[in-house]
Amino acid sequence: MAGYHRDLGDGSRRHRHRFDDLRALMACASPRRSGDELAGIAADSDERRVAARMALADLPLKTFLNEALVPYETDEVTRLIIDRHDAEAFRPVAHMTVGQFRDWLLSYEADGAALAALAPGLTPEMAAAVSKLMRNHDLVCAAAKCSVVTRFRTTIGLPGRLSSRLQPNHPTDDPTGIAASTLDGLLYGIGDAVVGINPATDNVPACIALLEMLDAVRTRFDLPIQSCVLAHVTTTIQAIERGAPVDLVFQSIAGTEKANAGFGVSLSLLAEAQEAAKALKRGTVGDNVMYFETGQGSALSADAHFGVDQQTVEARAYAVARAFDPLLVNTVVGFIGPEYLYDAKQITRAGLEDHFCAKLLGVPMGCDVCYTNHAEADQDDMDVLMTMLATAGVNFLIAVPGADDVMLNYQSLSYHDVLGLRHLLKRPPAPEFEAWLDKAGWLDGQRRLPPWPGGSDVVAALLASAAA
Amino acid sequence: MSGERNDPWARFRGATRARIALGRSGDALPTTALLEFQLAHARARDAVHGAVDFGRLAADLAPLETVRVRSAAADRATYLRRPDLGRRLDPASAASLPAGDWDLLFVIADGLSAAAVQANAAPLVQACLTRLGGLRIGPVVLAEQARVALGDEAASRMGARLVALLVGERPGLSAAESLGVYLTWDPKPGRADSERNCISNIHSDGLSIAAAADKLCWLATEAARLKLTGVALKEDAPSLSGHDNHNNPRIGRP
Repeated sequence: MAGYHRDLGDGSRRHRHRFDDLRALMACASPRRSGDELAGIAADSDERRVAARMALADLPLKTFLNEALVPYETDEVTRLIIDRHDAEAFRPVAHMTVGQFRDWLLSYEADGAALAALAPGLTPEMAAAVSKLMRNHDLVCAAAKCSVVTRFRTTIGLPGRLSSRLQPNHPTDDPTGIAASTLDGLLYGIGDAVVGINPATDNVPACIALLEMLDAVRTRFDLPIQSCVLAHVTTTIQAIERGAPVDLVFQSIAGTEKANAGFGVSLSLLAEAQEAAKALKRGTVGDNVMYFETGQGSALSADAHFGVDQQTVEARAYAVARAFDPLLVNTVVGFIGPEYLYDAKQITRAGLEDHFCAKLLGVPMGCDVCYTNHAEADQDDMDVLMTMLATAGVNFLIAVPGADDVMLNYQSLSYHDVLGLRHLLKRPPAPEFEAWLDKAGWLDGQRRLPPWPGGSDVVAALLASAAA
Repeated sequence: MSGERNDPWARFRGATRARIALGRSGDALPTTALLEFQLAHARARDAVHGAVDFGRLAADLAPLETVRVRSAAADRATYLRRPDLGRRLDPASAASLPAGDWDLLFVIADGLSAAAVQANAAPLVQACLTRLGGLRIGPVVLAEQARVALGDEAASRMGARLVALLVGERPGLSAAESLGVYLTWDPKPGRADSERNCISNIHSDGLSIAAAADKLCWLATEAARLKLTGVALKEDAPSLSGHDNHNNPRIGRP
């Protein structure tokens, strides 16, 4: 490999920036973030970062088909990416450089139909590369043209709609505490993507107890929703074997075989789980049964990044996701901490990159707009990211009571935030769920879900019925 | 919401600390709820960025002997960005550690909550001492800008067979003063997290000092008997705290 370079300046100020290989070029072209600095692969100056982007802009897109960033022979994710590449779908952009690809993506010619047809022809590395040449607003505008629609009991990702995951976590998995947070969220119209619990204890009986509780709430109120307990995939497979009401199978995934091994999963295990959940035939409008979470920094955290920058290795996780026709995928963008994404600037950028790359690859992307207390961020910053993502057409956002997750000890969005975005941007929830709200008489003349009056009979009846 | 007697949420409020039934100002949070959230976040931030008063901590531990060290992370900003530096001793500190022959060493690391360490570390060490007869216990190491793995290097230099590292946990909004303990047999640089036992969520609204000391001493005794810590020991241990977010498999290692 000859490597890559870019000359900048004239005469005595002329300077040649050299990049040893494609991984180094990609890492140096990435917007600054603490995880790449921690890994020792980031550009060491702002000029070098731009020099790398200029060299990347001139790189033929098809280079990524011939030069693997993680070796094909030793990584099943690389094999998945290369073996499933659709050369026919790739043809419309096969002659382009990465820079020309950016221009095309932003052109009127690249409409929703063109982008949907292109998705199977793109690799994660191509999506990551072009994202490095885009501003935040470019990432919003290009993603807004993509729609990825999935179905189980609701239809998620339709243009002009905004779905939400209701996350009623509790530090000891107390069923009454979880029911309280769930009912609170339903009164804000939250939960049309999924009611999903991160369990404090990952074992089969505890998982089954929570699944049965959520299923009882669903059937009692005849709600068009799906539920999920976000246990390890092997726990969920066992719950299925014991007859539990499993709607969706959850798993955290990453962009290399070694990082996935760190999560205790492989492609064959995920395939087994998908088959088991599909066989239950619990969906009413579709059979997308998988739910994945991802996030920049997970591969580096597992010492499984192979010198690839954290944004590119994250995009590779979307190749894993799309192989299993998921109902839901979300990046937990600010959860991992400041050693990977230091502050709100880095978290915001990463959230927009993740959403754009996933949508470009045909993945139904949502987001946990979130941060930890040791990152330089607060709720004002989350306001910016949630509004940009909703404008970009994000499939769903996660919400917890008052933005405070009392189990995982971090801050996400509140139920208020998602409801406010729906009203502000006129993006109702999934049609099946909106019809339920309508039938229940919860919407006002402007199709809003207004505040419940003090002593509301509806609230009292709902809570009494749930407690019975 | 209506008055307490008619509050339909009454039976649920006792079941969770989650911020349920906050009410709405239009679609937004009411002012009181907004400011309460900001106060909780401010306290959590102060806990992360605050400094432990190690002089006071040493006084709280007296008459126990203490040794003060620093990690290779020079300041808090470096500590937050560079976990690798927080896991290593500053060379001058490393050279200053006295060699010995100990059954157990306590290392107190500031971690991500100065408040947790200031409030809970000395009482926990003292509660353990009353439960651990017959063990030779070294001077307590007080470590600034330190992460869990720093205990391995300190303990191997000081000749300890077992190290209990007490660390301020990442604060949540409802618990800014939470202490964690990591117990490691045969400590030396390069130990993996799977070779440790963790007790988490030690604070006034979580696991009590007495309960944490009971667990820690049970684990320490078993570790010395079996000559190991980690996954193999955990399987036989009484159930540990259910809120162990350090082992949360969600994504990466927060």
